[in-house]
Amino acid sequence: MAETATGAESSPPTGRPRLPSWAIPVLLVGPFLALVMARERLPAWAVTVPEPWHVPFIDWINAVVKVLRKDAIFGLFTFRDLTRAGAEAIDWPLQIVEGVLIAGFPALGLPALPWVLIVGLAAIWGWYLKGPRLALLAGGCIAYLALFGKWKLSMITLAAVLVAAPVAGAIGIALGILAVKKRWFEMLLWPVLNVMQSLPHFSYLIPVAVFIGVGHKAGTIATILFAMPPMARLAILGLRGISKEVTEAGIMAGCTPRQLLWKVEVPAARDALMIGVNQVIMQCLAMVVIASFVGAKGLGHDLLFRLQSLRIGQALEIGVAIVLMAIALDRLSQALAARQPAHIPEGPFWRTHPFLTAAGGAIVGSILAAVLTTPLAQILPKDLTVTTAPMWDALVDIITVNLFDALAIFRDDLLRHVLIPLRRLFQLVPWLALVILVASLGWYLKGWRLALTVAGFILFIAFAGFWPRALITAYMVAFSVVVCIVVGLPLGVWASRGDRRTAIATTLCDTFQTFPSFIYLIPVIMLFQVGDVAAITAIVIYAVIPIVRYTMFGLRAVPSEIVEAATTSGCTPMQTLWKVRMPLAFPEIMLGINQTIMFALFMVIIAAFIGTRDLGQEIFRALTFADAGKGLVVGLCVSFMGLTADQLITAWAHRRRQMLGVA
Amino acid sequence: MGEEKISCRKVWKLYGRDPEGFLRTHGGAPDIAAVRAAGYIPAVRDVSLEVMPSEILVIMGLSGSGKSTLVRCLSRLIEPTAGEIFFDGQDLLKASAKEMIELRRHKMGMVFQHFALLPHRTVLQNIAFPLEVQGVARAAREARAREIIALVGLEGRETYYPRELSGGQQQRVGIARSLAIEPDVWFLDEPFSALDPLIRREMQDEFLRLQQMLKKTIVFITHDFDEAIRLADRIAIMKEGEVVQCGTAAELITNPATDYVREFTKDVSREKLLTVRDVMEDAAAEDASGPSIAADEKISAVAKTVLETDSPIRVVDSQGAGVGTLRRARVIDALFGGRE
Repeated sequence: MAETATGAESSPPTGRPRLPSWAIPVLLVGPFLALVMARERLPAWAVTVPEPWHVPFIDWINAVVKVLRKDAIFGLFTFRDLTRAGAEAIDWPLQIVEGVLIAGFPALGLPALPWVLIVGLAAIWGWYLKGPRLALLAGGCIAYLALFGKWKLSMITLAAVLVAAPVAGAIGIALGILAVKKRWFEMLLWPVLNVMQSLPHFSYLIPVAVFIGVGHKAGTIATILFAMPPMARLAILGLRGISKEVTEAGIMAGCTPRQLLWKVEVPAARDALMIGVNQVIMQCLAMVVIASFVGAKGLGHDLLFRLQSLRIGQALEIGVAIVLMAIALDRLSQALAARQPAHIPEGPFWRTHPFLTAAGGAIVGSILAAVLTTPLAQILPKDLTVTTAPMWDALVDIITVNLFDALAIFRDDLLRHVLIPLRRLFQLVPWLALVILVASLGWYLKGWRLALTVAGFILFIAFAGFWPRALITAYMVAFSVVVCIVVGLPLGVWASRGDRRTAIATTLCDTFQTFPSFIYLIPVIMLFQVGDVAAITAIVIYAVIPIVRYTMFGLRAVPSEIVEAATTSGCTPMQTLWKVRMPLAFPEIMLGINQTIMFALFMVIIAAFIGTRDLGQEIFRALTFADAGKGLVVGLCVSFMGLTADQLITAWAHRRRQMLGVA
Repeated sequence: MGEEKISCRKVWKLYGRDPEGFLRTHGGAPDIAAVRAAGYIPAVRDVSLEVMPSEILVIMGLSGSGKSTLVRCLSRLIEPTAGEIFFDGQDLLKASAKEMIELRRHKMGMVFQHFALLPHRTVLQNIAFPLEVQGVARAAREARAREIIALVGLEGRETYYPRELSGGQQQRVGIARSLAIEPDVWFLDEPFSALDPLIRREMQDEFLRLQQMLKKTIVFITHDFDEAIRLADRIAIMKEGEVVQCGTAAELITNPATDYVREFTKDVSREKLLTVRDVMEDAAAEDASGPSIAADEKISAVAKTVLETDSPIRVVDSQGAGVGTLRRARVIDALFGGRE
């Protein structure tokens, strides 16, 4: 999301007329402020686009949807038949993987794999990829699922991930290859990827619900769609990043174009592709949880059910299961990406392939154990599993009993004295003022093309008729981002001093980032029930991660000679921080803020689940009524808000880096 | 096309918008000022060269002089803007994509500056790769790969991956890979530039040893004049895309075409490089009384005789027949003339 298509080609800012330094901000922001102040005198159409002027994007899309659904446009079958056939095609691998993991194959008289085997394989794989610590972590996480009675739900979720991730990965790689080989396709693909990656999760669910229906299959397909863009993006970057000489070596060896692609380019891009695989898996898990809104089964479904009935303790228990699964999948796939080939010394098979041998042993041993000796190895009976729900319930009780009043006071005060006035302030902004602001910023940072792009984004939101709602979303995001900066920036500065701190902070960021975003709603509901304060808290917890990470990274990336030069010039540590390290790290920090905005936008829509009254609520309604047009248009509004910020900040950071000579 | 293995005529490579059109409108040979003024980047300008069978032609130039682009034009990794390239008399630029693949599979080998090994393949698999893509059976290609591994001295490293090898070892793999198909023509693009000086020296010796056995036709790129002198039969010096002079090392030293060439040759120890033949007068001496020296001796080897003999010295060939005369003044001029 940080690296967007248009970021790379701007020219250094030379030859512009020289103005005094105060004049530029005044000229850029002045008209905006003037228009906001003069709101009362503006004609009403300049504040909110009047109803008759609305462009009926929704009706247009729904007309297309109707044609696709009803009319036999391909002669014998409709588009909807086609999508349903696709859904059937995803069903049989889903059945097989679910059969292997949990359901078994009753028709063949075969049971599913015993849980001890899956735990064992996870541990062996972890050891093979990285070492005993990963073995313990992966095996432990999976074992938890069995011991704490979440085995069946977890395996259904895991099956959906294991089916969706390869499909999404394959589609993403195919798109990436096509984009690298065909220039026109890349021009087409980048903006689509930009929009897809900033489209809220729910926007994927609605078209899937319309064309495929609800259910586990539909959820899996939505997951594939959602998880595919990062793979395509990383495939393009990876294939572009191959050393030119390696490609030339392939050509000189006499490769045909096909051999060049499959024997040279794709393997040489392995590192980037494997990072893509990691991202795809994590996106799949996040989406499988959310896809429970269209009927995907598994952990997400149960979590949703518990949350809706406000059974926080049970919800927390499931949340922990999801988190552990996320950690196991993330660490394993990261280790897979980081693993480099090494030669195998000669010897007997069990010596050269110890892990394969161990895996074989585990399979035979555990199946024997399951079949011959004890059914406990197959699946733990309910009375042997431990449930932690009572503990969580007790915790929730303690919090509600002891903290309820304090929290309620905090919540109401924040709402009354800060949030509501702020919301009113935001709702004063006329669309015309914002269009002028973003256009002039875009023009100043890069030129007319950027100005027109970002102005177009804002115009779309205004003329689609969602201006007031969008302003509420903007207010929540803006407030959350400010809190994230206030909290995250000092944390990042703190974490950048010293390797140990950085290691700890990196681990924490990595871990928290693997959690599916939906999880963050659980503690928030527990603390603040529903409403704006709860939503904003969830957003802040989720979106603070990138700002910490980028601040830390940016400060550490400042060349040590420059810091040494500052020290020998007699700077105090504070002076070094503010006069040397911060200015140099600032472009990086801005990219972190950019990510924070994107994360906040994702979360603000998910937070619609706990009762906000912004664009998220509109998407939520669209989902309820299966209104594909509305869902997509509101989704695009959210996406365009994000892209406006993204394009402007990326352009600024690029410009600033060029000035510093570090781009 | 005579006997030369590769030849190129008036090869141009310009980067920019519609370079073909630009060349046409400027009569096919614009000068560098015109090229720059029109906003084109001149990579190769009007280069004509030929390489004889079993010859080592070294293309020498500083970075950005177009030497890498030129060798990529010769192997058609880069499509030249204009000109002709002949390979065994065949017009390379008219060859179809399929014909090029065949040529590369059987006639050309190339070694790269940064080795360009495939990271996911072992040493053995990297070396067998060119045979694999042309469909040679596994047993046959691995047997061939093992032969070359022995040739370049990498026995015992067959199952290693490139990242487990040192730079010198990696380049040995690169060399072995390029030799796997027994090419006629061997392109080496700064093969030793990324290596430490000591290793570089060792690899140069290794390279000469291989060439003694293999007698390939070689185009060798370097930015290091000492390396060029050590390895070359002939040297082509490039500047701003143009070949400013092409000849033997001795010719470049004794008869530099431009100040640029003179600048390069300034610090070379000439007494170790030049032979008697390079500095003698062709007319045989009338006075045959004094000592005589062999024409193929290096100047450093005959320096004592030259210093001790006041009269011109008779130069003889290996049969003892007089072929020329060496005068002390000429020797001093060849060694010290042209230096500030």
